[in-house]
Amino acid sequence: MSEQGDTTTLTARLLERAAPKRADFEDLVIVPLFAVVVALILGGVAMLATNVDLETIGRSYVALAYGSVGSINALSETITAATPLILAGLGVALGFRAGLFNIGAEGQILMGGMAAVVVGFSFTGLPMLVHLPLALLAGIVAGALYAAIAGWIRAATGAHEVILTIMLNMISYRLVDYMLRMPAIQRPGRSDPISSSVLPSAELPRLLEWIGPNLRLHSGVFLMLAAVLFVYWLLFKSTIGFEFRASGESPEAARFAGMRSGLIIVLVMALGGALAGLAGANQVLGVLGRASSGFSAGIGFDALAVALLGRSHPFGVVVAGLLFGALEAGGRQMQVDAGVSIDLIGIIQSLIILFIAAPLVVRALFPWGFRKAAPASKE
Amino acid sequence: MAIETVPANRKLDTQAGRQSRIAAVLLIGLSALTAMVFAQVGDGDAVFRLSRATDAIVLPDLAVPAMEFNYIAAGILAFLGVRLWIRGGSGRISLSLGFGLLLAVAAFLVWATVGKAFSLTGMLQATVVRAVPIALGALAGVLSERVAVTNIAIEGMLLAGAFTGALAGSLLGGWGGVAAAVVVGGLFGLLLAALVVTYRVDQIIAGVVINLFVLGVTSYVSSQVFQEYRFLNNAPVFRVISIPLLSDIPVIGPVLFQQNIFVYGALIMVAVATYYLFYTRSGLRARAVGEHPRAADTLGIDVYRIRYVNVTIAGMVAGFGGAWLTLGLVGRFDENMTGGRGFIALAAMIFGRWHPVGALMAALIFGFADSLQQKLALLQTPIPAEFLAMAPYLATIVVVAGLIGRARAPAADGKPYIKE
Repeated sequence: MSEQGDTTTLTARLLERAAPKRADFEDLVIVPLFAVVVALILGGVAMLATNVDLETIGRSYVALAYGSVGSINALSETITAATPLILAGLGVALGFRAGLFNIGAEGQILMGGMAAVVVGFSFTGLPMLVHLPLALLAGIVAGALYAAIAGWIRAATGAHEVILTIMLNMISYRLVDYMLRMPAIQRPGRSDPISSSVLPSAELPRLLEWIGPNLRLHSGVFLMLAAVLFVYWLLFKSTIGFEFRASGESPEAARFAGMRSGLIIVLVMALGGALAGLAGANQVLGVLGRASSGFSAGIGFDALAVALLGRSHPFGVVVAGLLFGALEAGGRQMQVDAGVSIDLIGIIQSLIILFIAAPLVVRALFPWGFRKAAPASKE
Repeated sequence: MAIETVPANRKLDTQAGRQSRIAAVLLIGLSALTAMVFAQVGDGDAVFRLSRATDAIVLPDLAVPAMEFNYIAAGILAFLGVRLWIRGGSGRISLSLGFGLLLAVAAFLVWATVGKAFSLTGMLQATVVRAVPIALGALAGVLSERVAVTNIAIEGMLLAGAFTGALAGSLLGGWGGVAAAVVVGGLFGLLLAALVVTYRVDQIIAGVVINLFVLGVTSYVSSQVFQEYRFLNNAPVFRVISIPLLSDIPVIGPVLFQQNIFVYGALIMVAVATYYLFYTRSGLRARAVGEHPRAADTLGIDVYRIRYVNVTIAGMVAGFGGAWLTLGLVGRFDENMTGGRGFIALAAMIFGRWHPVGALMAALIFGFADSLQQKLALLQTPIPAEFLAMAPYLATIVVVAGLIGRARAPAADGKPYIKE
């Protein structure tokens, strides 16, 4: 097989790799394992190349392990970092499944977070049972609406969603900067772009404060788990999810089968945006407590990697998100303990994705241990 | 991109009809905005300075009567809009919309400048400067997408060029920095080609990986090494070279012929790339590989080799563009200093319809908006700076939504090719 039909879109092709139809033990377990090990070794090489001695390299990897899974605090940090990644990653994965390449998670996180913050500090005197869901809902709706703009334009005019979401990201940065300087939002007495603090009644309660005051794990993790199950149900058990996947795999066939492609595009984008908006709300209500300039901190772009790594399957996204969260939490420890910059984590992450996305590269590096002559592509 | 193979011409007609109606509504909206906001300035002139007192030929300042100009502009906009609405799909949508947007921007400028003076030439000069990395990035995109390799990695290649430019520039001087940046950009092009052609990694994933990898490596080295050894991140900046005689032409001279090597390089590369792609035998082969690799292969063209070569060249172009950030502008590298320019370049490439000249034009629009926003801060308009900064992105959405239906990617774009 070489060329696919003319009708296959760029993103539909992406799906074939991002969502393999049969799960292969080798691909699912051995390749990722190799990927992580090789990426860590190459990270060590990078440290050697920048004049870090062997002893420090050893210490930094010990710190990486300790900081990610070595203690209750480490586990709490790992899960806290993974939660928004998984939420936003689910949104991106949903888009992949329907053949849409949604780069806009970053902007949707920002919009969702802003809405949640505004609701979170504006309504005083509400009981938590009302206030918290209201703030979360605001985040979800804002993210969904922001993403739906891209979906609607895509459906109405056929403009490419990659451009639309990139542009909406750029717009969202400016919009947030502007909003953070509005008198109603800016924290009184501050001149830098920073919002008022979320009221306690809108904060996501912390779960482990009875063990230690510094454990930041918050109840957003339950939202995340619910979202994972919801997306799984939606994609694989519901009719609308079937329509999503059908239009992702073959837009033409889906259209001829009477599915309304325009509506599906808008819905998928809105749902993806809702998940990203929830991720933003989760950050401001659970971790940050306020919004500042660029509080999305690249989560939206990491979510892209998480969705790719998790092969656009909800459970895969959870594993990938936990891996990225662990690397981030461990990376912070590494920076403190061994004095190695946390930016090393970026290198390791990219190498892991590379090796998982390119089983052929891993096979070329490690010719032993694999079945011979595995066909390169499963087309 | 889905290719419209639908046999029904009727469908295409309605598409064009809808686009023209959208464009018409937009133009009429702009007309209303111009008449009701921009024209409400009272009596007064907007003064545009065209040359500096030190120039060889000094042009008088251009004084535009603000209110009259803007009412006329509003009238023309309304005419264009109504004409487009009535004529429907045959009304030259892109030309009308492009001219209309230009007119609206002019009206806005007049409104913002009224009663003050504003250096038009200075702004155009800044426009060209700011367009350089976007144009070069978009050109890199054109070169690789013409051979059907989707290039999301432009951002990473620009960043790699900027980093290498700073590092090698500090050690070897400016030219050494440029050479090294081009080589490293080319290496990342080669890597992208190897990943997508030989190892058949998904092209989007390969691009995302390269972006993440470059961001990781450059940020790591910059915080781990540059913090300590500052002399490694202290590169010379290329001076402006005035081209004799040509630089003395009013307006055009300062804009095009008083620039540094990166601007000249970008203009030359766009010309060369256009010639290469559309007027040479190897360019024809490259496009054949992008449109129909199977046919090209059957004719004895080495598809893999052509993809390798073109994507590598694309990387070199992007590396050169990245070096502009450090060697052409500030002389030092900062973490993630490309700040999304690679993605803007991607948009400029699509905007410019996969053509080098189109990509340059689109890049100039982004550059114009960028410099406009900077200069307007000096004029103290009542519009918040953030909204001005948003304008180019909003305009892109509008234009892409209005026009993209007729832009077409190379047919095989993004598809791997496997020899039989």
